[in-house]
Amino acid sequence: MGASAGLQVRLRQSVPFALDVAFEAPAGSITALFGPSGSGKTTVLRAIAGLHRMNDARVSCGAELWTDTATRTYQPPHRRPVGFVFQDYGLFPHLTVREQLALALGHRPADERPARIDALLQLASLQGLSDRHPAALSGGQQQRAALVRALARDPAVLLLDEPFAAVDWALRESLRRELVALQRSLSLTLVLVTHDFEDVAKLASHLVVLDRGTVVAAGSVEELTSRNAVPGISGWHEPAVALDARVLAHEADRQLSLIAAGGLRLEVPTVPAPVGAPVRVQLAARDVILASHRPEGLSLHNMLEARVIAVEPAAHAALRLVHLEVGGTRVLSLVTADAARKLSLAAGKPVLALIKAVAVEAFA
Amino acid sequence: MDWTALGLSLRLGVVTVALLLPIAFVLARWLAFRRVRGRGFVEALVALPLILPPTVVGFYLLMAFGRGSPVGAAFESVLGHPLVFSFEGLVLASLLVNLPFAVQPMQNALAAIPASVRDAARCCGLSPAAAIRRIELPLALPGIATAAVLTFAHTLGEFGVVLMVGGSIPGETRTVAIAIYDRVQAFDEPAAATMALVLLILAVAALGITNTLARRASRQD
Repeated sequence: MGASAGLQVRLRQSVPFALDVAFEAPAGSITALFGPSGSGKTTVLRAIAGLHRMNDARVSCGAELWTDTATRTYQPPHRRPVGFVFQDYGLFPHLTVREQLALALGHRPADERPARIDALLQLASLQGLSDRHPAALSGGQQQRAALVRALARDPAVLLLDEPFAAVDWALRESLRRELVALQRSLSLTLVLVTHDFEDVAKLASHLVVLDRGTVVAAGSVEELTSRNAVPGISGWHEPAVALDARVLAHEADRQLSLIAAGGLRLEVPTVPAPVGAPVRVQLAARDVILASHRPEGLSLHNMLEARVIAVEPAAHAALRLVHLEVGGTRVLSLVTADAARKLSLAAGKPVLALIKAVAVEAFA
Repeated sequence: MDWTALGLSLRLGVVTVALLLPIAFVLARWLAFRRVRGRGFVEALVALPLILPPTVVGFYLLMAFGRGSPVGAAFESVLGHPLVFSFEGLVLASLLVNLPFAVQPMQNALAAIPASVRDAARCCGLSPAAAIRRIELPLALPGIATAAVLTFAHTLGEFGVVLMVGGSIPGETRTVAIAIYDRVQAFDEPAAATMALVLLILAVAALGITNTLARRASRQD
């Protein structure tokens, strides 16, 4: 496996459409390029791979300079250690899975290739299907074949263009899990293009939001979501936070897991991950109830001491979005303006945040 | 049966296919993948022999190949004899009139390759040349085979252009198609019938081969 490296990208073009983008993708983590269709996401990905050339561009990976129009540096795509998973996979229709992997292993000595192919097939659970052509594979199998073919390159960076757009919802969830597990075990640097915020909330640690060729927001997913700072440009109108948490303990008899995101501790239905494993937690603002004093006799698992940071207007005039801090971690609560008045919510006020265990979506 | 004419026709077909396929592949690839101005004009030029009467094509080639034209003069200085009414002249004419038969099937086959497949080839570490050899050529193979068979069969059958540019010189420019016409003019119908049958069998065989190749290629997908 090639050493993972961070990616620095600065791209500018005026034709065929205006694009002016600069961002970094940190080494060993997942960066999502998020935005509506036509925002230039795929063009950015193709420019990183060297498939699209612009007249003003600089792309570097770790210490390697891939594109620099200022010094007329341009590494052609086949010389860049990049793995690319295309939206429609781009599998070679005339080659079997094994042949596709062999083709992508051209940079390795011939005697290493068979063992490497077997390892990749196992990684994708495609051992029994290695002699099939792409047309004889299911959608999920094709997606996994495209993924391991990209990994066969020993890429410093893995680029994925809408990797789950072509598979149905049920499969999407398990493929997301596999991708996260793979990324963690190989500590890959991964850049993911998506228009589905579910992908961002479940997979990415860094987010670059694009709209009409420019970056409208960039930062860590936790930071941007917990400050409600993701511009509402595409199916992401519902305020929710996406937090990086860890499994603290399992309580088998109660079928609950205890997870922690910073000082925020939550009891949630059993998470299928070992103690210490990272989990991505999504918490919608509408699922966080605020109380001024401790209620009793509720079916509630999570009653947390919080402090109001700010109260701001929400998309709906009758609602308020309350920014809270719980043990150093920020969460959001959506309440009615009426409730905000009754509880006299204001910056600095201590409150109790009530969170149903089933409202916490933990992705591990 | 004019065996010399048949031999000449087959030789013309083989030489035309061998020379035309590489040229047409480059042109077809350019037409299939490049989105540039002037593409439509080039496509129209390539298709021109399909709709122009062969005598019109032949007339212009005769003018272009003549001693008075720069093309004719240049070839004559290389060949040592005039281009018109020679086998070389026939080959050149054959290359031009067969352009649509060679280019169009290959262009269609190449255009059917998804852009992501060609991008993936580069991202799998293949140089542009290796991507053509290992991805584009195998995927375009049915189109290439169709181009070869159509060009070959059409070369055997071409009459008007051959007559205009080559005349009917035995062993040099008299192809089977011309020989059949000659035999009919001379009321030698049995000879004409034999040669017509040979061309018919070759045509049926050619179509059989293309269909088989196409079916085999589609089964591979």
